[in-house]
Amino acid sequence: MEEYGPEEYGPRWSDQRAEQMLGALVCTVVGLLLALIVTVLVRAWPSFAHNGLSWFGSGGNVDEQINLIYLSGLGAEPDVYTFHAWQLLWSTFLITGGAVLLALFCSLFVAVFLVEFAPEWMSNVLAPVVRFLASVPSVIYGLLGVLVLVPFIGNHLVTEPQKASVAGVVSLSGSSLLAAVLILALMIAPLMTSIFSDGLRSVRPGWLEGSLALGINRWRTTWKVRVRTARPAIVAGTVLATARAIGEAVMLAMISGSVAFAPNPADGLIFLYEPSRPLAPTIVKNIDLLGSKPANATLFSIAAVLLFSAAMFSLTGWATRRAMRKYGATA
Amino acid sequence: MDSSLATRPAEIPPTQSPPRPDGGRPRSGVTWHLSDRIGLALCWALGLLFCAIAVAIVAYLLVQGIKYLRPSMLVTPASAGFSQSETGGFSDAFFGTLIVAVMGISIALPIGIGVAVWLVEYGRPTALARVTESTIEAIAGIPSIVLALFGTVIFSSTTLGFLSRTSEGIVFGRSFFAASAMLSLVALPLVVASTREGLSAIPQHVREASYAVGKTKIATTRRILLPASRPQVATGAMLGLGRIIGDTAIIVVLLGATQNFAPVGGAFPLNYLRGAGTTLTNFVYEASPTGNLDQPQKAYAAAFVLLLMVLALNAAVDIVHRRARKAGTWSS
Repeated sequence: MEEYGPEEYGPRWSDQRAEQMLGALVCTVVGLLLALIVTVLVRAWPSFAHNGLSWFGSGGNVDEQINLIYLSGLGAEPDVYTFHAWQLLWSTFLITGGAVLLALFCSLFVAVFLVEFAPEWMSNVLAPVVRFLASVPSVIYGLLGVLVLVPFIGNHLVTEPQKASVAGVVSLSGSSLLAAVLILALMIAPLMTSIFSDGLRSVRPGWLEGSLALGINRWRTTWKVRVRTARPAIVAGTVLATARAIGEAVMLAMISGSVAFAPNPADGLIFLYEPSRPLAPTIVKNIDLLGSKPANATLFSIAAVLLFSAAMFSLTGWATRRAMRKYGATA
Repeated sequence: MDSSLATRPAEIPPTQSPPRPDGGRPRSGVTWHLSDRIGLALCWALGLLFCAIAVAIVAYLLVQGIKYLRPSMLVTPASAGFSQSETGGFSDAFFGTLIVAVMGISIALPIGIGVAVWLVEYGRPTALARVTESTIEAIAGIPSIVLALFGTVIFSSTTLGFLSRTSEGIVFGRSFFAASAMLSLVALPLVVASTREGLSAIPQHVREASYAVGKTKIATTRRILLPASRPQVATGAMLGLGRIIGDTAIIVVLLGATQNFAPVGGAFPLNYLRGAGTTLTNFVYEASPTGNLDQPQKAYAAAFVLLLMVLALNAAVDIVHRRARKAGTWSS
């Protein structure tokens, strides 16, 4: 017994001391996050201060603007900060929105299938498959996208007249909105599926049995009782997946085309084949420009927008999940 | 009143066999409405699609990996050359991945366990616990590219200059130390969440029994609670490892710019850790057609190795889960 007695730890591992040390650790982690937020905002401030709300507006080509900003930081001339990020914001909106909608549709059906309808052998296969798809590194998705999907779209889906029709503006090589949306949806769908199925599983069996006892068939019981009860989990999963999608940088840098261009849905379906570049890949592509002070501020201003939106989305998801716990459901 | 009575029977679906007492699977959908049957078919189709995509990814990379991967690639460093046969392998990237994984998780694991223990076992004042919980959630939601940019600020400061290459007072800021420190933040939320889950699954009476024989809270945690939640801690660590070896943005920003180790002066392990380097994800990114190297065959080979690592981690998580389930749960 001696060996396990509290005296072994003596004053070194006294309870109070341990609590203080763990508390200090926790405070450090919290402090680190605060430091991150403050640093990013401080570094980003010059760009926001010079541009005001027009930072979010349109006007000019973003790539040219970044180049001018970079060059101005090298020479003796006054720094240039003019930056209108609309092309990047619009691309982020289109790609993230498209991917989240597609993934939401697919994941909801797959989660329902996994929880309710899949036979034993099928769910034993599907559950590891979902976990595997969630753990494939984004760069592998990017590689497969750029070597398989992009050439396929470029060679088989885009027609020559379509390429000719926009030849003066952008080149349709296959790196496109369509490729980006498909691969991004594939990346976030497993995350959504696992949160959805956790939520669907936690619905009280009594409610389902009540519905079945009324003679409602299994499909409608699932849809009207199970899915409706698990709505918070669906919101949480969607929101968390959106946060993930907004922050995805490398995969999109590889397959979105990496051109500052805002595809216009008014042009018809051809806009799906047009290249663009969202916010996060812009940082990756221009990371070598960090040495120039104004370019540094501009990249950090992009990071600040990403940080703000991703943090808002993930906190919303967290709050929704917490609210669920009140009703005895866990997700 | 009348009209509602009249319409009600129409809404009730046709009679069907009652659900089996075991709450089992539907016997068949033949009595269902067409829309319900289409929905069920869609479920099957999408479920099979997921499986097909996973199989396609593995099979395609397997074929490409067998075609292009040579064992010598894992021991030959990358070198400059004109064709893909002259540019060597990616040994530096391979070992870089291992270094980053070990360093990242050895930072994330103690911190993560500490935070989780504090949250579950102490958690006072409550306000701080709330803040900590949301901090961990927020860290999980921060895009890794933002973490990478934050890293450039920290590790380019002169006080931390000893962790990377410094020339003429300018701190280079790219090293294994910098990359691992930021990658540990990527793994941290997973470790915390998993450890918390393990700790809170232990019923209260276990703790009370331990206090009753005179153990302090921290001794109980160290001797009883943490050993009991070892499977969950291991799961968290492996999920974190998967994220670390899969992350590219932080590597590109805080480590990359080269496909070889670039040791700086100093004693043996430190000179490499302080220098820039590369990992498999960085290699795949640079060797893809959009990168600077453009060697798709090497990219496939490296991606295959990366995928094998991820598959191995997944399998390990499965084994730990299965063992933990076999060992049984706490009776309360």
